[in-house]
Order: sequence, then C-alpha cells, then structure tokens
Amino acid sequence: MRFVDEYRSPELAKSLSAQIADLAEPGRTYKLMEVCGGHTHAIYKHGVEDLLPDEIELVHGPGCPVCVIPMGRQDDAIAIAQHPEVIFTTFGDMLRVPASNGSLLDAKARGADVRMVYSPLDALRIARENPDREVVFFAIGFETTTPSTALTLLRAREDGIENFSVFANHVTIIPAIRSILDSPDLRLDGFIGPGHVSTVIGTRPYEFICRDYGLPIVASGFEPLDVLQGVYMIMKQLAEGRAEVENQYSRVVREEGNPLALRAIAQTMQLRTTFEWRGLGFISQSALELREEFAQWDAEVRYAVPGVRVADPKACQCGEVLKGVIKPWQCKVFGTSCTPDRPIGTCMVSSEGACAAYYNYGRHAGRRTREPATT
Amino acid sequence: MSRSEEEVLDAIERRRRRPHVKLMDKQITLAHGAGGKSSHTLVETLFVREFANPELAALGDSAILSPGPGSARLAFSTDASVVKPLFFPGGDIGELAVNGTVNDLAMAGARPLWLSASFILEEGLATAELTRVVQSMAAAARRAGVVIATGDTKVVERGKADGLYIATAGVGLLERDIELTPARVRPGDRVIVSGSIGDHGMAIMIARGGLELETDLESDTAPLHELTAALLDATGEVRWLRDPTRGGVATVLTELALAAELGVVLDEAALPIRDEVNGACEILGIDPLYVANEGKLVAVVGPDGVDAALAALRAQPLGREAAVIGTVHADPPGMVLLETSFGGSRVVDMLAGDPLPRIC
Repeated sequence: MRFVDEYRSPELAKSLSAQIADLAEPGRTYKLMEVCGGHTHAIYKHGVEDLLPDEIELVHGPGCPVCVIPMGRQDDAIAIAQHPEVIFTTFGDMLRVPASNGSLLDAKARGADVRMVYSPLDALRIARENPDREVVFFAIGFETTTPSTALTLLRAREDGIENFSVFANHVTIIPAIRSILDSPDLRLDGFIGPGHVSTVIGTRPYEFICRDYGLPIVASGFEPLDVLQGVYMIMKQLAEGRAEVENQYSRVVREEGNPLALRAIAQTMQLRTTFEWRGLGFISQSALELREEFAQWDAEVRYAVPGVRVADPKACQCGEVLKGVIKPWQCKVFGTSCTPDRPIGTCMVSSEGACAAYYNYGRHAGRRTREPATT
Repeated sequence: MSRSEEEVLDAIERRRRRPHVKLMDKQITLAHGAGGKSSHTLVETLFVREFANPELAALGDSAILSPGPGSARLAFSTDASVVKPLFFPGGDIGELAVNGTVNDLAMAGARPLWLSASFILEEGLATAELTRVVQSMAAAARRAGVVIATGDTKVVERGKADGLYIATAGVGLLERDIELTPARVRPGDRVIVSGSIGDHGMAIMIARGGLELETDLESDTAPLHELTAALLDATGEVRWLRDPTRGGVATVLTELALAAELGVVLDEAALPIRDEVNGACEILGIDPLYVANEGKLVAVVGPDGVDAALAALRAQPLGREAAVIGTVHADPPGMVLLETSFGGSRVVDMLAGDPLPRIC
C-alpha cells in the first residue's frame, strides 16, 4: 500500500536495528519512554521490540487519552448519557471503559442513547438531524484531537446549533511529561516524543526536558520504521553526549506546530486550574475547559454531573503503569482478573493502553526473550 | 509483585483454557453478538450448558447428525441475518441469509440441500423492498443448488426491527467419509485462505456512509459449497475448514489453536488483503484479521496436500487468490502468532468488544 509500505520495509528495519545495536554500550541499560499510546500500540503491533538489543528497554508513558480519564469523569459521562433527551456520542474506545456502575456500553444496554462517532463533526451532524434531541460529545484526547473539538465548537456557533454540547476532557501533554520527570520512582534515559501532538504544538515546548533534565527527546512518527529511527536518534545523542530536541517526524511536524489549530483551541478553550489524571492524580493546568463564551455548548454547564472523585478499584495499578513504574504484567490483576474482555482499568481497554497492547500483541515476546525460538 | 513474567504468562494461558462456567454479565450488550470473547462466553455458559448435548457441544459451523446406524450423516445449521443496511455493494440481506447457512453446511464438508427461511418483518416495510430481498434469496438458492422448503413470517410494530430480519436453517448431506476437526490438525500442516480477507465487513461499514470514504469495495458474499467440494476432491489431506465470518480469520484460528493445543504462525506478508480494505482499516484502527468475510474459507491442509489444494482452489472463480498464510507448529500451544512484514512478531488473540456491529 503506497505511503505505508515504505515505512514498514524489513530491509531498512534490519539495517537500523544493527546500527542501534552498535550504539548500545555493552553492560549499560537504556530506559526510553514512548510518551504516546499510539507508539505503544505500533511497537507491539509490529513487534518493534524484537529488533532492539537487550540493553534497550522501552517504558510506556502516560499518552493514552482513554487511559488517563479518571473513574469520576466516566461516571459523569454516564450520568449525562442517562438523560432521556440526550444522544451521547463518543469515540469507540470510551464505550467499554468501566465506571462505578458498568460502562457506557452497559448504560446503552439499559436504554441510554449512546452512539459511536469517528469525529466530533459527526456528533454535530447528528445534532442537526435530530433537532428535538440534545446531542453531547464526550471530548477526550491530547492536543491531537483538541483542534477538531475546537473547530466543531466554532462551527456550532457559526451555524447556530443549540442542541449540541461538549463534555470536555482534553488534556495537555507537557504537564504529564513534567510529572513523570519529577517522579522519584523512575530513571529515564530519553523520550520517544509524541508525533501527532507535535504536529499541533510543535517541538519547542519540549526544550525544558533537555535544558532542565538533561535528557534527549525525538518527536517520532507512528510507523514502525519511524519508531525505530526515533530510537536510533536518541541512542546517537546519548552516545555523543547530547541532550536535544530532535524531529524524526519532519514530514508532518514543524518546530512551531500548527498555528491555525492552536488558534482554534485558544478561541474556544482555556486551561483548567487543575484536573485529575488517572494514576497521576491532580496536575495543575493540565487540561482544558470551554471558555465562558462557549458556556452554551458546555455540557458541564448544561447538565448537573455528580463531579465526584472516585478512587480506582483497589486492585487496579493503571496509575503505576501509566507512570512507567511497573510493566503491565507486574500489575497484580493483569491477565487474570483484568483482561481485554473484562477490564478493570482503562489501560486494558484502549488499543493504545499498555496493558491491552501487551496482552493482545506482546505477551509471547516476553517469553521468547528467555527461550530460544521454537517456531 | 512476586510473580515473574513467566508465571504471569502461564497463569494467562491457564485462564484462557478454563471453561467458562457462569455468565457474569447482567445484561446483553452488542459485544455478545460480535463473535469474539463475549459471544463465546454466552454460548458456553448458557446455550451449551442448558441444551446439553454432544452435537451442540462440538461447536462446529454445523452440527453433525447421525439418524441411525447405516444411514447417511447429515449436517444441520442455522444463521440469522440482521445486517444494516439491507442492501449493500455486492449483495443484500437475502443473499447473505442463504449463503450464510449454505457456507456453514459446506464447512462441514456437506452438500447443502434444504433450507428454511423465517422472516421477521417491521410494520411499514415496503413490499417492493421485501420482494427484492426474496427474489435475491431465490436467486442465491438456485446458485447454491438448495431448495427453500419451509418458512415462517412474523410482523412486529414499527420501530421494533430495522426493516426485516431473516433466519435460515439448512440441512446438508455428508457424502464423504471425512471428519474435519481440530483433533486432526498436526504440526507442519499449512493454513490456506481462499482469497482476500475483510471485504465484507469493510464494504458494509463504508456502505453505512458515516465514514465518508468512497471505494469500489464490494461484499464477498458467495456460496462456498463448490469450492469446498473441489478442495476435498483434490486432496484427502484437508484436516479442518471454517468460514471466517464475525471475528474474522483471527478468531477462527485462535479457536483452532486452543482446541488443538497447537500454535499457528501466520506470515503477515502472505495475507491477501485488498488495498481498499487495508486503507480503510488503517484509518479506522481496525485489524483486517478481525473483519468479517462472507465468501471465504480457511483450510488447514497436511503438507503433502498443499500443492493440490492450492491448484484446486485457484481453478475455481471464488478461489483464484487462494494463498498459504501460515503454518501449524507444536509451540506455542493454544496461540496464534503473526510474523510481521516488518520483521517482528506478535500474538493474535480473539476479539474483545465489537468495532463493527450489525454487519451480518
């Protein structure tokens, strides 16, 4: 397939893999965090770890938008969805996230009108087609998806669509990275930086990582060769004693980001004083809410939600997984009480969640590293 | 955190093999109809348990019935069609309802003979639409050489069905003295698919219009009895046959791996997938291995029969793109692995949840 196959070439992969192995100092271990869930997914789906030397360990980061939404917000979403006049629209992954009393899929089975959409504009279209109903869009995601919510809000205002609102849960990546860096539990050697987030925010916001923490970061694409090349660029920096922001994904990422998208976000949303992240707790100025001018389209203004902080199930260790402190398999309930068909935590639900990726794709690789291949 | 990774993985494997004894879900969700893990749990914990008989418990595409000593063996199957929209590129609900049951019978190695058809019609359905569907069923039955010998009609209030639902059942004759079961599969056997995968599921998704994608993609719905007959005539080495409908190729092969306690290793580069299907799947984040097919078969064939099997399939119009996509190994037992074209490998498991509801 054009525009995809060239980023999956096994020959190029082999050559990069050999160059990475050459850069690894024997006896030293390298912990590299891939920030994005999209990277986690690509790494397991294409078996990228098979091409890395034993010295390199990939640590999964907090950049899975479904995973970081705390239980309380999911309860709020279900409370909104249960209003009889509401058509509640959401991305597919959020349907199966367990809340205090079942998932959105369970709420749907109990009679709530919950519909899966691929874009907030689809939700706006549903609002146009159902003028006698109230359509709510469950907005989640990092800066990757925020612009599409922003543009949808602008469109709603322009077209005067009043039966549409947004339940905003957009989060920002930089405070999450800072929280990981300030956590005493983890020593990292570098970051595979976000790809699509960087198309929006650019690469400049990462400079503090090099300046204040002395670590390299390489914004990378999501094809397996992109990831491998990102790892190579980090290893090269480490070998040469550099700590810089580099851009592997230069075919779409610009240093200054996307000014149009940033403007649309600024027009419609502003930073919340604080927001709770699953596992990471409350992080100040880490999420967005709608501006006053858009209160009319703000589901949090239009619907009374419980807004209660709900603790994760006791057994769930999603928080430690999201911080990269433990590997998915080290969670007490991984693969036994918590599986993709009966998830306890969000990391087992989303295709970008580290637990789901490891369970669905990676669990044989863990064995193979210790045994000679049998196939 | 006292468990080693090895112990955790062993525990997962034990759990995957543990029979489900109790249905934990308090209500039915769309996931129970997706053909993945939830569907399996529902079937095992409720239907198989309450109906308790060996014919059902075998959980093949068809039940194999032996009326008495010396008499012919029969294959018996049923299939309900609730697809939305009723008409889609490459077919319609009527054709799907006939081919679905015909194919279930064909996968048992049977010659499909008789079908029943039950219609659940929604008040207000245009008779012109119903006529189109029924004419399409009649044509599909002629093509498959089956007789729709009995039926039933019910009407429900407006809003209680999306136009119409059709349930068919079918009986076929097992003329060959063969058994196509996981128990016959051996390490070294090859996995063959009869053509491109994922066409049906993606064609329906795109036909619903919500994605605003334009392609020429058509459903592959087709009767497979001639293809299976040609395959079984060509070689006695065919061990196992399935049509990978809901849950796709990944699900039927995972079922096989678990039932046979063998490993199946797929070669990603060998999977026949149309560019349109690959492209749409990339955009939607769906793996084509899980997307439904309605006119494809997956066969496991002993190594000595592979050439004959491929030649026989490729000689048929429906099998022209047949390909060997993988090999059966002793290890890892109960698991399907995919060697990625990138040079890595990963597990392929059964589907959890349902990315594509109401596709058949």
